[in-house]
Amino acid sequence: MSQYILRRLMIAIPSLLGISLVLFVVLALAPGDPFGELATNPNVPPEVQAALRAKFGLDDPIYLRYLHWLAAMAQGDWGFSFVSRMNVDTLILQRLPTTLYVIGSAQLLALAIAIPVGVYAATRPYSIFDQIANTFAFIGFSLPTFFTGILFILIFSVKLDWLPFVYSTDIKATGIAWALEMIRQAIMPVMVLGLFQAASMTRFVRSAMLDVIRLDYVTTARAKGLGQAKVIVKHVMRNAMIPVVTLIALQMPAVFGGAIVTEQIFRIPGIGSLLISSILANDTPVVMAVTFVFACLVVLFNLIADVLYGWLDPRISFR
Amino acid sequence: MFDKDLRTMIDDVKDGRMNRRAFVQRMIAVGLTAPMANQILSLGGVAMAQSPNPYKPTKRGGGGPLKLLWWQGPTLLNPHFATGTKDQDGSRLFYEPLASWDADGHLNPILAAEIPSIQNGGLSKDAKTVVWKLKPGVKWHDGKPVTADDLVFNWEYATDPATAAVSGGTYADMTVEKVDDLTIRITFKQPTPFWANAFVGAYGCIIPKHLFAEYKGSKSREAPNNLKPVGTGPYKFVEFKPGDLVRGEINPDYHMANRPYFDTLEMKGGGDAVSAARAVIQTGEYDFAWNIQVEDEVLLRLEKGGKGKTLYAVGGDIEFIAVNFTDPNTEVDGERSSMKTKHPILSDARVRKALALLVDRDSIKKVIYGRAGRTTANYLNGPEEFVSKNTKWEFSIEKASALLDEAGWKVGGDGIREKDGKKLKLLYQTSINGPRQKTQAIVKQACQKAGIDVELKSVVASVFFSSDVANPDTYAKFYADIEMFQIPMTQPDPALHMRRYHSREVATKDNKWQGRNFPRWVNKDFDAAVDAADTETDPIKRADLYVKANDLMWQDTVVIPVMHRAAVEACSNTLRPALSGWANQTDNLQDWYREG
Repeated sequence: MSQYILRRLMIAIPSLLGISLVLFVVLALAPGDPFGELATNPNVPPEVQAALRAKFGLDDPIYLRYLHWLAAMAQGDWGFSFVSRMNVDTLILQRLPTTLYVIGSAQLLALAIAIPVGVYAATRPYSIFDQIANTFAFIGFSLPTFFTGILFILIFSVKLDWLPFVYSTDIKATGIAWALEMIRQAIMPVMVLGLFQAASMTRFVRSAMLDVIRLDYVTTARAKGLGQAKVIVKHVMRNAMIPVVTLIALQMPAVFGGAIVTEQIFRIPGIGSLLISSILANDTPVVMAVTFVFACLVVLFNLIADVLYGWLDPRISFR
Repeated sequence: MFDKDLRTMIDDVKDGRMNRRAFVQRMIAVGLTAPMANQILSLGGVAMAQSPNPYKPTKRGGGGPLKLLWWQGPTLLNPHFATGTKDQDGSRLFYEPLASWDADGHLNPILAAEIPSIQNGGLSKDAKTVVWKLKPGVKWHDGKPVTADDLVFNWEYATDPATAAVSGGTYADMTVEKVDDLTIRITFKQPTPFWANAFVGAYGCIIPKHLFAEYKGSKSREAPNNLKPVGTGPYKFVEFKPGDLVRGEINPDYHMANRPYFDTLEMKGGGDAVSAARAVIQTGEYDFAWNIQVEDEVLLRLEKGGKGKTLYAVGGDIEFIAVNFTDPNTEVDGERSSMKTKHPILSDARVRKALALLVDRDSIKKVIYGRAGRTTANYLNGPEEFVSKNTKWEFSIEKASALLDEAGWKVGGDGIREKDGKKLKLLYQTSINGPRQKTQAIVKQACQKAGIDVELKSVVASVFFSSDVANPDTYAKFYADIEMFQIPMTQPDPALHMRRYHSREVATKDNKWQGRNFPRWVNKDFDAAVDAADTETDPIKRADLYVKANDLMWQDTVVIPVMHRAAVEACSNTLRPALSGWANQTDNLQDWYREG
C-alpha cells in the first residue's frame, strides 16, 4: 500500500512538471502587461513603464523566466506579485480561509442534499418524490450561478432586505454575534453554489444507486430477512458510493480553488476572485501559483480517491 | 487690451483696492472660471485663497463608520508604487501630500503651512524655485515628527531608478534641498510655470524616512511598511488585504481641527460597477462607491426612491477619436505606421474634416454618457482659462458628403465611395468597454450614410494599453486608421496633456513605441507653442499658447473629441464628500462628513 502511494507520487512529478511548463508558456504567450494602466497616465513617463518591465524580468526570454520560476519554486519561493509587490504565498494564504469556509460549506450542503435525496429517489424510482426531485435537479443544473446569484440578490437583498450581498471579512462583533453574522452573509453564496452542485450530484447518486440496487446480492440480503434500512445503507450504498467518491474527490480541489463567478458576484475575497483579478491585471506570478497549486491538488485528490476505493471495496487491490 | 486690464486689476487686488471676490466675478463675467481667476492672481503675486471645503462638524470623531466600496480594491499601499487610481486612492487614506486640489482646481494645503506664492516668497519670479513650508507639529502615526528630511527623502526615493517607483516622473528634472527643519526648496532645471506637481496630489504623498530609508533602491519591495502604511492622514492603518479590504481608524492626533469626522474607515474591493452602485444607491449597505461607469439609464432607475444618488466631478478627461497620419498597412524597415509613410486616405485634411462631421456627439451623449458627459469641440477642456472659445463642432452627413466629393471620393455602385479604383474603407479600433462599442456603432452608421465603409475592431484593454513591444494591437502602435480611447487629465494644468503631440514624442520603432504622439502628427507651430508654454512664466500668455495649441489640433483634425467626461460616483444621501474632478476621490477625505 505505502509502496503504491510512493510510486504514484513519483509518477506525479513529471506530470506536474509538464503541467507547469504548459501553464507558464501559455501565460507568457498571452498578450498584456501588468503596467498597462500607466500607459494613459500623463504623469508617468513611458520610460518608467519600460524600466518596470525590465526590472521584473518581463523582457527576458520565456525559457529563462521559466527556469527562474522553477528554481525559485523548488526552494519554496512562490514568487511575488507584480501588482501588489508582495509574496504570492502570503496573498494566497490570506484568502484561503474564506474560500474554504464558503466553498466548503457549499460542498457539504450539496452532499447533505444529494445523498439522502438521491438514495431515497433510487429506492422508489418513478414515484412522485422521484419525479419532483428530478425536476428540481434539472432546473438546478440548468440555471447558471451568475443568474441564480443575481436573482437571490434581487429577492433577498434588494426587495426583502434580509441578507447583505457584499461579503465582509471584517465583522465588528465577537462571539455568538460574530458567528451569526458570518452565517448570515454566507447564506446566499452557499445556497447558490450548494444547490447547483446538489442538483447534478443528486442525479449521479440516484443512478449509481439504481445500478447497484438491482443486483442479485441485494435480493439475497433482502431474502435473508434484513430490514430495508440495513440493506440500503450497508449493502447498496457502500457499493454505490465508489463512483460518487470519485466525483467528490475531483471536486475537492475546487473547494481550494474557489468559485470564480460566485465570488465575484458576492465580493467574496477568495482564491477565485484573486485568480480572476490577477488574470485581468496580467499578474502572471499569482496566476501561475494559483493554477499550479490547483494542478497539484487535482493530482493529490485523485490519489486519495484511488486509496479510498480500496477501503470501500476490498476487492480492488493496489499493485 | 484684455491683457492690460487684467494686469491693472491684479494690481488692484494686490493693493487692496479690489477684493478677491470682485476680481473673480469680473473674470467669470469675461468667460474665465473661478479656478483660472485664482491661478492668475497667484501667478500675479497674490496669495491663493485657502479655500477649504465646507465642513460643519464641530468636534473630532463621533461619526461612526465610513464604508467605501471600490469595485477594484487597492492592491498595494505605497503611493510611490501606486499603478492605478485604486492604489492611489488606497494609499491616500493614510498618506498625505503637501497640498491637494479642490473642486475648483485650487491648491488646498494639507501638510504645507501655506501655498507658495510670489507674495509669500515661496515662488521665484523666474519660475525656477519653489519653497514649501511644512505645518509645524505634524506627527507620523507612530509619533515621530514630520520634517523637511522626509520630503527630501521622498524625492531621493522616487528618483532612484532601482526603486522602480511609478512616481519617478513626477520628481524628475528637479533637485530638492532642505532649508531648515520645516522648509524645503525645489530647484527646477528649466523654468517650470506649473510647479505644483511634486509633493502635490496622488504621487505627491509623503512616506516617512525613518521607516523607508533602509529600503530605498533595489530593496524597495522588502519594506514591511509597503503593506502597513504609517502616514500622517486623518485615519490610521488597521488592516490590509490586497484587492479585498483596507481598514483604518480615527487618528486622534490629526493635524487639522475637528477632523476627521468618522471613527473608522473601511474600503471594500471587488465585484463590478453596477452592483457597487446598487449597494450604495439602492440598499444603502455602503456609503460611497467609486468610478460608477454605468449607463445613465440604469443609474436613473436605481436612484428612484433609493438611498443614495450619483455625483459628478468634472475635470479634463477626454474621450476622443485619434486619426492616423501614417500608413498602417505599409511596412517600412519592419515598422508599420512608419513616419516615412503618409496615410493614403487620411492625409487629406478634407477627409479628416468629413470624419469629424460624422461623429454625432449629441446622440452619443444622449444614448451613452448621459449626465456623465459634455459635448465638446476641444481636446483641452480645463481648467477654464485654457479652454478655447474659437472652436465649434457639428454633425452633418450632407456637409461631410460634400467634402468627400470635393476630395475626389465618388460614390460607387455599392454605396461606398472610391477614388482611383480604391475603396474608402477605414479600420476603427478601441478597447473593449460597453460605451466604446456603442459609440463605434453610432459613428459607423453615420459613416455608412456618407459612403465610408468602417470596419470595427475592439481590443482587450489590458492589451490595448500595454507597453508590450511584441504586441501589434497596442494604442501606441496604432495599426489602424482611427482609434478611440480616453486620456485622463490628472492635474489642473495642460502641460503634460498637450506635450504628447509634440513632434519629438512620435511613437516609433526606435523608441519602442514609447513616444506618446501616437497619431504621429507633426506641426511646427504646435511644437513651438508647446515649447514656449513649457517655460512661459506669464500665466496669461501661457494660457494663450495652450489655447493656440488646442486650436491647431482642431484645425488639423488630429483628434475628434467625442465626450468631455466627468467622474461618476455613487454616494449615500447623508454623506457629504469633498470631491474634485482634478483629484482622486479620496484626496480630500479629511473633509468628509455625514449630515441628517
